[in-house]
Amino acid sequence: MKFSVNWLKQWVALDIDANTLADELTAAGLEVDAVEPVAAPFSGVVVGQIIACEPHPDADKLQVCTVDDGGDDHHQVVCGAPNAAPGLKMPFAQVGAKIGPDFKIRKAKLRGVESFGMCCSARELGLSEDHAGLMALPEDAPVGKDFRDYLGLDDASIDVDLTPNRADCLGIKGLARDVAAIRGAEYTPIAIEPVSASIAGDLNITLDAAEDCPRYVGRVIRGIDPTVATPTWMVEALRRSGIRSIGAVVDATNYVLMELGQPMHAFDLAKLDGGITVRRGRKGEKLTLLDEKVVELNDELLAICDDSGPVALAGIMGGLDSGVTDATTDILLESAWFKPSTIMGKARDLGLHTDASHRFERGVDPAGQRDAIERITALLLDIVGGEAGPVLEAVAEEHLPQPQPVRLRLARLNRVLGSDLEAAGVERILVSLGMAVTAIEGGWEAVPPTARFDIAIEEDLIEEVARVHGYDQLPAARPSGELQAPDVSEHRVAVTKIRDALCAAGYQEAITYAFVDNKLLETVGMAENVLPLANPISSDMDVMRTGLLPGLLTALGRNQRRQQGRVRLFETGKVFHQRESLDEIERIAAVANGDAWPEQWTGKGRRVDFFDIKGDLENLLALRGATGEVAIEPASFEWLHPGQSAAVSIDGKAVGWVGAVHPSVLGALEIKGAVYAFEIDLLSLQKREVVNAKEISPYPSVRRDLAFLVPEQVNYSEIRSLAEELAGDQLAEFTLFDQFSGQSVEKGYKSLAIGLILQDVSCTLTDEVVDGVIDRLVKGFATRLDAQLRG
Amino acid sequence: MDSIDQILEQALADIGGCDDLRALDELRVRYLGKKGEVTALLKSLGGMAPEERKTFGQAVNRAKGGIADAVNARRESLEKAALDEKLAAERVDVTLPGRGQARGGLHPVTLAMQRIIDLFGGLGFSVATGPEVEDDEHNFEKLNFPPHHPARAMHDTFYFADGRLLRTHTSPVQVRAMLDQGAPIRVIAPGRVYRSDYDQTHSPMFHQVEGLLVGETVTMADLKGVLQTFVNAFFETEMGTRFRPSYFPFTEPSAEMDVAWDKGDGSVPGWLEILGCGMVHPNVLTACDIDPERYVGYAFGMGVERLAMLRYGVTDLRLFFENDLRFLRQFH
Repeated sequence: MKFSVNWLKQWVALDIDANTLADELTAAGLEVDAVEPVAAPFSGVVVGQIIACEPHPDADKLQVCTVDDGGDDHHQVVCGAPNAAPGLKMPFAQVGAKIGPDFKIRKAKLRGVESFGMCCSARELGLSEDHAGLMALPEDAPVGKDFRDYLGLDDASIDVDLTPNRADCLGIKGLARDVAAIRGAEYTPIAIEPVSASIAGDLNITLDAAEDCPRYVGRVIRGIDPTVATPTWMVEALRRSGIRSIGAVVDATNYVLMELGQPMHAFDLAKLDGGITVRRGRKGEKLTLLDEKVVELNDELLAICDDSGPVALAGIMGGLDSGVTDATTDILLESAWFKPSTIMGKARDLGLHTDASHRFERGVDPAGQRDAIERITALLLDIVGGEAGPVLEAVAEEHLPQPQPVRLRLARLNRVLGSDLEAAGVERILVSLGMAVTAIEGGWEAVPPTARFDIAIEEDLIEEVARVHGYDQLPAARPSGELQAPDVSEHRVAVTKIRDALCAAGYQEAITYAFVDNKLLETVGMAENVLPLANPISSDMDVMRTGLLPGLLTALGRNQRRQQGRVRLFETGKVFHQRESLDEIERIAAVANGDAWPEQWTGKGRRVDFFDIKGDLENLLALRGATGEVAIEPASFEWLHPGQSAAVSIDGKAVGWVGAVHPSVLGALEIKGAVYAFEIDLLSLQKREVVNAKEISPYPSVRRDLAFLVPEQVNYSEIRSLAEELAGDQLAEFTLFDQFSGQSVEKGYKSLAIGLILQDVSCTLTDEVVDGVIDRLVKGFATRLDAQLRG
Repeated sequence: MDSIDQILEQALADIGGCDDLRALDELRVRYLGKKGEVTALLKSLGGMAPEERKTFGQAVNRAKGGIADAVNARRESLEKAALDEKLAAERVDVTLPGRGQARGGLHPVTLAMQRIIDLFGGLGFSVATGPEVEDDEHNFEKLNFPPHHPARAMHDTFYFADGRLLRTHTSPVQVRAMLDQGAPIRVIAPGRVYRSDYDQTHSPMFHQVEGLLVGETVTMADLKGVLQTFVNAFFETEMGTRFRPSYFPFTEPSAEMDVAWDKGDGSVPGWLEILGCGMVHPNVLTACDIDPERYVGYAFGMGVERLAMLRYGVTDLRLFFENDLRFLRQFH
């Protein structure tokens, strides 16, 4: 809602500047977006009139004009405007005038002819973008009058960003009421007198959907001249509200809309067939709106109809065919009240947003229709002439909102606000807001003004009192409350700890969008159980991610293209799997590419490999302590290299995967070099048991190192679990300290060097016992794994 | 007696001229060993008269002590020199970079988020969570947004085909927490939220932290106090703040809090909106089975990106989601 301070001043006694007013509006909940002067800060400009024009002797496009500025002498002025002609009145900048900060009008010579002053266009004065010619002023403009005074340009426009509950402030009248309350200023509404009918002008108005439209006020005006120029004061008022002048009739409807907050419409009476019926639309009906958009009606949409069909979309926009044109002589004015819930969302559904729909869906004063029609009648008769018929009102009182008294208890108010406000002050605020206040035991009953749709319960009144009193005037209390034990469970590894562990391992946290391109999921092989958005913001964010990997790969690729040779990223976030029901799973994933270590002077670098990322994952798993049985076993995943791909499980439950990203995925994403990654359910990483300390052995341990020739396809995990099975409790530690295959090793085999540390908690192990264990191992390895002890 | 002096003189000269520990040990043996020259002198004592033996013996022992002391002193000096030489050889250029992995770091939004969680955690707020794919009931209806209400237009909502939606704010967690825990309650709900809006100042996904406190003696003064305390702690300085009336369907009265923000360029500090808040609307309490006559609550919600931008001097929101390492590494 944009308005000029001068307009507001017609409705409320104000003696402060625009910026102060803006601050006060903001502090009262009417947030000001901008305060702008309504014209450039020029001076020395008066209303001037061209008396005579002669061609410039030396320039085709220039004229030498004689200008009357109300002074004793006329001035010779060289002017290039196409519309400069004798008789024209326009703003005239006298010698000495300041137009811009660095532009002072001086006596000048233009192509050899002296010029004393400048005739101005609207743009030169910061009034509009119009630079087609001189700004033509009405014939009655008083020559010599200071131009700023003439148009009241020492004014400012204030743009208020109103919250949806404050529809009452979508008009000068409502704003003035609020400003009066905020400032304790006098509310001075302009008097709206009934205009008596001078012609018959009868028309049938039928409310077929009385619940949607319980009041429709119409009026016929005959014999108007719609081509008359809109008066400057109205054009200026509209301009300062950001509304362009279109034609006298539309301008007048806009003026009343801005002033009273009541959307108005004017039909060309000659285009209407019979009377007006307000009813729901019917399937199959079509209506071309003023903006030439064709709308198909249905029974959700409310229509204004004549006897042949719809002529306007109620509360949204008029129809093109029944609109006012220059040829119009007779009009029907509409001032109606539509139920907000009937209009809500309808314009939006049609891709429209109009001043009318904006107001009706938020709530227009249900008692304001008659005033509005009287106001516009008076304005129109003044401007476009004509004869007005009687006010035609169709009303279904039972469907109009009836203002209900709302109870306010002083004690409740102070309890909610934590304040100590006194009864007199509270009552004064309620009254200043236009409420009918009755004192009751412990408080009041207040009937809000009909325009205040937002006041229905006690809390609404509490907010009103707080708002007018000033939020910043209300007390603030230091935080207090019952102490409670902080949440520091040892049964859960904090996410912060997991994140920090990855940071320490060189990973940088990323945050990627939770919606991704379905094509990307297909490329990666994660497009199963996907949840698509119905209204994605763009096609490359059209489905919810099913894994974190695709987003991280995208980020990795982007960094690679930005010359980052070594990329390590991780992310925590939800993934979405739509099966019979939706699974929202919190995950953590990491990707690594490039060198294993940052390039450094010590030692030769190498590329990151599977065991780097697996080690990083194992360090995360280690945060869980000894909880559960973790297994990382070969498994295939579409997006992983088939030979470097493992499933991660805890106590047999699958919780994620780790591996090398499949080269064809990397190829499709144009990522260079191998990428290793893991993705794990975060919750499974967080679950942990409190440590229950075991006894440590006081007896010495024995280490035996053994080398085995093991068939290539036997995995380490099999060897280890067999060793654990065969050695039993006395196996304190099992280490693989070398593995190799190649020249010195028989084909199809690999050599594993294993360190076994044996220990008993109750005695020192004898050589016999140790030998026995080793013997069991060697035999077991041979028979069960075909693994031979190397000589 | 002359031989003693001669031996001592010779021994001291030899020891003084010795440059190596092994040679020094050989000297020790030569003079003081079982077959050494001084030992030989002592052996000759047997054939002397008692008077002479005493005098001679004392002289030999003096010489023996003198040689032993000289050997020890020389050894210490040689050992020290050897150590000095070894240490000198072991010098490294301590200005060379250390070895190891380069540490990564947390995302600035996580840093700000964690900071908010920690600060409110200290004030007794525990963390509550909820789903990101929500339904209309929790995201809007129970929060007092009627269907088609213009207030919904402030939330550009992402929908799924079956009517579910991506939560547009963390406020539905309020509802879930109240339905789960009842009153009194003191929680914050950090999380990702989604709105269909994408430009320099809007991201379709962003982060919020919601706070909710419901109790029998809660007032708006408590709300103002807790938020003032929070911003002072978050920015680690006394912040100028103001509370403006605003509108959210789920709070009444509603407010927005601005902080006085000094851009540090000498310009007058301006007001910057950093959060929305208010007293929980009675309809919301009722929808969550809490008696609004008995309980009063406050709620607040803040955008984490906004706070992170102010805290860390980030001027373009989009940087948060580009995940450019050169940007992210600054937050190590």
